[in-house]
Amino acid sequence: MSVNYGSKRVVVGAHYGLRDWLAQRVTGVLMVLFTLAVLGQVLLTSGDISYDKWAGIFSTQFMKALTFSVFIALAIHVWVGVRDIWMDYVKVVGLRLVLQVFTLVWLVSCLGWAIQVLWRL
Amino acid sequence: MTQLAKKRPEFRNINALTDLPSYRLPAAGIVSILHRISGLIMFLLLPLIVWMFDTSVSSEISFAKFSAAFNVGLGFLPAVLVKVVVLGLIWAYLHHLIAGVRHVYMDVCHAVTKEFGKSSAIVTLVLSLGLTAGLGAKLFGLY
Repeated sequence: MSVNYGSKRVVVGAHYGLRDWLAQRVTGVLMVLFTLAVLGQVLLTSGDISYDKWAGIFSTQFMKALTFSVFIALAIHVWVGVRDIWMDYVKVVGLRLVLQVFTLVWLVSCLGWAIQVLWRL
Repeated sequence: MTQLAKKRPEFRNINALTDLPSYRLPAAGIVSILHRISGLIMFLLLPLIVWMFDTSVSSEISFAKFSAAFNVGLGFLPAVLVKVVVLGLIWAYLHHLIAGVRHVYMDVCHAVTKEFGKSSAIVTLVLSLGLTAGLGAKLFGLY
């Protein structure tokens, strides 16, 4: 096989997607752990889930910090995933750019809203 | 000196209407495309998800509004439609999570045989649909 690394590497992108690939997995695992943390607390609650019990889950400083991290992780995860979809199916550069900008605005808006809700708890 | 990427072969002889219905997609392929679709659904419904987080944790009054969406409806949307949309979200979340765990497991354990791909894909479909059915029954008050 011919050499395709180092100075002979075949140029296909800026950083070969390793960073995004890894970020996708790390953020995914973080969200699974968060899901288990919330689910565990819900299941350990006795009786119906009232407002106090539900809001109580997110009001401890530990859960606030964890939830905040998960919001950021979610935004990164979705950005990588949705951008993959646009890159695979939308070949018209102009339309792809519009969709990518829409994705970022959509995500940052939702992220800001979610963080606002979390920090006023 | 770096080289430009070779031009990849393109196959444009697939007709979406005449070929795709007769092409058999293996279980792993179904899980793969559903992973994308479920992710896109959750992305598009993200404002609804944040709205549910907002109303359910902000105050007693907003919590009542959150509950009412499932009991009497939300604005002009009837409650049953809210439940159907949320059931869709539940499925999307479960499928995306289980398929994601399958991905990470394959990466970490180098489990990339054809057999494992098929068996784990079937497990993913059975688990996600089974759990969706169970939670859906709860959502619609069957138990």
